[in-house]
Formats: sequence, C-alpha cells, structure tokens
Amino acid sequence: MHRYRFVLLRPLQFLPVLFGISVITFVLVRLIPGDPARMLLGTRATASALERIRAQYGLDESIWVQYLYFLKNLFAGEMGKSIVFKTDVLKLIGTRIEPTLVLVIGSVALAILIAVPMATIAARNRGRIPDQVVRVVSTLGLGTPPFWLALMLMIVFSVKLDLLPVSGYGRTLPEKAAHMVLPCLTIALSLSAVLTRSLRASLIAQITSDQATAARARGLSEGTVFWRHVMPNAIVPTLNLLAVNVGWLIGGTVIVESVFAIPGMGQLLIRGIFSRDYMVVQGVAMCFAVATVLVNFLADILTVAADPRVKL
Amino acid sequence: MTAIAARPLYLRRFPGRTTLVVGLTVVGLMLLAALAAPLIAPYDPVFQDGTARLVAPSAAHPFGTDNFGRDVFSRVIWAARVDLQIAFLGVVFPLVIGTTIGTVAGYFGGVVDAVFMRIVDVVLAFPYLVLIIAIIAILGPGLKSFYIALALVGWVSYARLIRSQILILKSADFVLAARSLGYSHSRIMFRHLLPNALISSIVFAMSDMVLVLLGGASISFLGLGVQPPTAEWGIMVAEGQGFITQALWMTMFPGLAILLLSFGFSLIADGLGEWLGVKE
Repeated sequence: MHRYRFVLLRPLQFLPVLFGISVITFVLVRLIPGDPARMLLGTRATASALERIRAQYGLDESIWVQYLYFLKNLFAGEMGKSIVFKTDVLKLIGTRIEPTLVLVIGSVALAILIAVPMATIAARNRGRIPDQVVRVVSTLGLGTPPFWLALMLMIVFSVKLDLLPVSGYGRTLPEKAAHMVLPCLTIALSLSAVLTRSLRASLIAQITSDQATAARARGLSEGTVFWRHVMPNAIVPTLNLLAVNVGWLIGGTVIVESVFAIPGMGQLLIRGIFSRDYMVVQGVAMCFAVATVLVNFLADILTVAADPRVKL
Repeated sequence: MTAIAARPLYLRRFPGRTTLVVGLTVVGLMLLAALAAPLIAPYDPVFQDGTARLVAPSAAHPFGTDNFGRDVFSRVIWAARVDLQIAFLGVVFPLVIGTTIGTVAGYFGGVVDAVFMRIVDVVLAFPYLVLIIAIIAILGPGLKSFYIALALVGWVSYARLIRSQILILKSADFVLAARSLGYSHSRIMFRHLLPNALISSIVFAMSDMVLVLLGGASISFLGLGVQPPTAEWGIMVAEGQGFITQALWMTMFPGLAILLLSFGFSLIADGLGEWLGVKE
C-alpha cells in the first residue's frame, strides 16, 4: 500500500498552495481603491455597522494583522456578506453549486463520448482521409469561441427546431435536464477537441507498442487488441489531461452560464463583478481555486490506481 | 545533399509543411485585410445608416447591417485589427516576462527557483479565466486591464516551460565551455542558454494565441474588455445576441472570423511543432 502513501503526504504539499490562494484573494480585494468597510457593506451602511465590520476584519490595524483577521474569519467559515443578496457569501455559493457541478460533469461525460470514437477512427486510419477529417474538425473545435457556439446551438435547437428550452435552469429534474443539454454540449464540443487530439496521439503510440504486437502474436483479432490492450493504456494520459484542464473547464462554465442564464457559480462571479459585490468575487474565485487543487489531487489518486507502475 | 540543402526553405519538404503553409496563409490574409482595412472595408465601421437597419446580407452589405445600420462586413474587417492586436500583445507580454523569470529561476536554482515555482503553483491553481476576470474587475473594464491581467497570469506557463528546458541544458558542454571562458551569468543565460531553450516556447506561444484570442473575445463578450462602439468580434457577437432571431448575420459572421483566425494560429502551431519536433 506504500504506493498510496502520497494520499496522506500530498495534502501537506497543498498547504503552501492554499496559503498562496488565500494571499492572492486577500490582496485582490484589498487592492480595490476605497474604504474596505464600505465595500463590504455597501454605500448605505450605518455608522455602527461600519464600526462593527472594522472590528471584525481589524481594518484599522496594519495590513499584516488584517490578513490574520482574514484567515481567522476564513477558518470560521466567514467569507463576508454579499451586498446585493444580503446573505453570507458561503451560503450563497452553496445554493449555486448544483448547476455548475452538473454542467462540469455533464460536459466532461459528453466530451468523452465524442472524443473516444473520433480518436479511434483517426488512429485506426492514420494518415488517411478519416484521420484528416478528424484533425480538421478537432482543430476547428479548439478555435470555436464557446459564447458564439452557445448562441448558434441555441438558434438551431431551441429556436429553429424548438426541441430544447432557450435558457434558464428550471425547477423539476426533467426541466433541469432539458435546460442543461445545450450548455453541456457547448463545452463538450470544445473539450472533446482537446481530448481527441491527445487520445489520438496516445492511441497511435500504443498501437505500435510491444505489448500490442505481443497481443497480435498471440493471435488476438485487431479489434480485441485495440479495445482490450491499446485503449485502456491510451486513455490514462487523456484522463489526466482532463484534470490539467479543469481550470480551463471552469472558465468555460463561467461563459456558458452567462450566455444561458444558468444560476450557477460562474454567473454569480460575473454578476458580482458588475455589481461590485467584491466579497462574492473573492469567495467564488477562492472556491474555484480550491476545487482545481482537489481535482488534480483526485486525478493523481486515479492515475496511481489505474497504473501500478506509477509512483508519486 | 548539398543541392537539397541549398534550396530555400519554402521549396524544401519537411514534416508539417502543408499545415504550416495553410496556417500562415490564413493568418497572413487576415493580417493583410486588417492592415488594408481602410481600402477594403466598403463603409466606415462606426457609421450609422438610419435608413438601413438590420438589412439582410446583400450585394451592398455582404454581411448585412446591425441594429444601428452599421455595415457588418466593414466592422468585421476593422475588428481584425483589434483582435490580432489582442492575440499578439496578449502573448508577447507573458512570453517575455515568463521567459525571463523561467530562465533566471532555472539557471540559479535554489531559493529563487523555489520561490518562483511556488508562485507558479499558486497562480496555476486558479482557473485562468477566473483570475483574469477578477483582476479586470479590480482594474476596471478595458483592453489595458486585460493586457495587465494577462501579463500577471499568463507568464507562469512560459516560466515553467522554459525552466524545464534550462534545467536540461544547464549541464551541457557548451555551457561549461562558456563558464570556463569566464562569461558572466547574464551572458550565459541570455546569449547561450535561452536561444537553445526557446523553440518549445515559440511553438507554445502560437497555440497560446488561440487561447488568448478566445479569452480576449470572451472577456469583451462579457462586457469587460473592448468597449463599444469599437468594432471587435467578441463585442459584435454580444451586440448581435439580442437580435439573434431577426438578424443572425450580426452574430454569425464575427464568430466565424474568430474561428478562422484561431484555426490559422492552431495550424501554424501544429505545423511548427511537427517541423521542429516539439510535442505539446
């Protein structure tokens, strides 16, 4: 089991990163010109409320002491209040997690469903026309602006064909599912381009590998060799790439949530910026960063679990 | 052999040539259109013709007109100037900063290296677009803020990339030779190591242009980047969003322009990578 020792050790390495994340988010909000107490409470705050918030965040102390107050509040689960929504930032984020999580998971699943057949066709016809077609399509996919693709899909599937709702999220499960199809598809089409290119390259490397040749020598059919020996080995680096791209994926959800008016964390971030609700911006940015670190940690565990040779 | 070697590069066959040629042609043509915008564009990009609002594509207006009666074709061409500038400047600042930091960190190692690499880890922990959006939120919307945000965030990938190259090259014989000649650290770093380490960064920079272009257009689409009435593809898509059912041309053409330019950059990156043997 010593292969999994890093599961206990890695979180220790996270500490400097988490510390850095807290410093950056702290600095981001302190850089905004103006009185931080007013920023926390809005322009119409009463004098006593301002006094209270100054004491809570130590705003009359030096910047270093202020940072310690910030950490103390953070550990107490206190990320400030939203000026616009009049609630705790953490609670607010809690109500917005579901759509974003569904969007991320749905688009990753859809992207894999698109990428595996595309890469398979390309790798098994290397250099021939199907490979070229997949290459052009995936290169175009890389360059497609997600906000534009979202609008084009909306026009085709919601307006012209009238199959799916235009935007929003809905209340019941079937409603939500219908609302999430196009947003997931938007991200999945871009993401699948990245995955297809990576998977194609590792499939090609694996097709000519010694172990695939050995499997062929045992008389296994090309199909069996491909699905039992080539694909399982080739997919591991691609899944890892997915973890590396989780930051990019979150950026995609921010845009897509804005276009489709989905009440998720990304929309909260953008609205927070326009309404100068800085505590919300800070809270969402921090949550996204911590999520990114966690996903990469999970990907490390999965990599070790999938391949006994890997040591971390 | 000599006869082949003497042929100019554009006549020689090398891996990735077709890809590179197609990519350079696409980007070259768009660059040309951007530079010659006053000659090519049939109308002033901000001229509002009140009598020709939301006109469908026709001979007079190849891409139609928008809700203010502005010619979409002319705006798409003028916007190429802004978007090409976004792609180039948005890559150049991070490239220069990241390369310098990565070279110094990789060469000296020790505390300098440890500190910079921890900063890299932290910046990479934030989703790219989220951190850029947060910085723009503080600096205020606009293209200048976008470049500053990009410089603050984008350098990390370049620093990491160049550092790994420097670490490999550091122990090479030519570095030892330069050191035994008594050359200064900065001369060894920037005159000997850097030129050898730069290839993979250049290839990466080309694929980064796609990312930066899409990022800049997305930021403008959200209303945080280029401000109206300036013609920029992301903004044009945003402006067309409200008229999408009546005037699809307002959104479709600027989006296709982004797609085409990104496609060109991707092809250049792929072609260069194949030619120079650099893997992503």
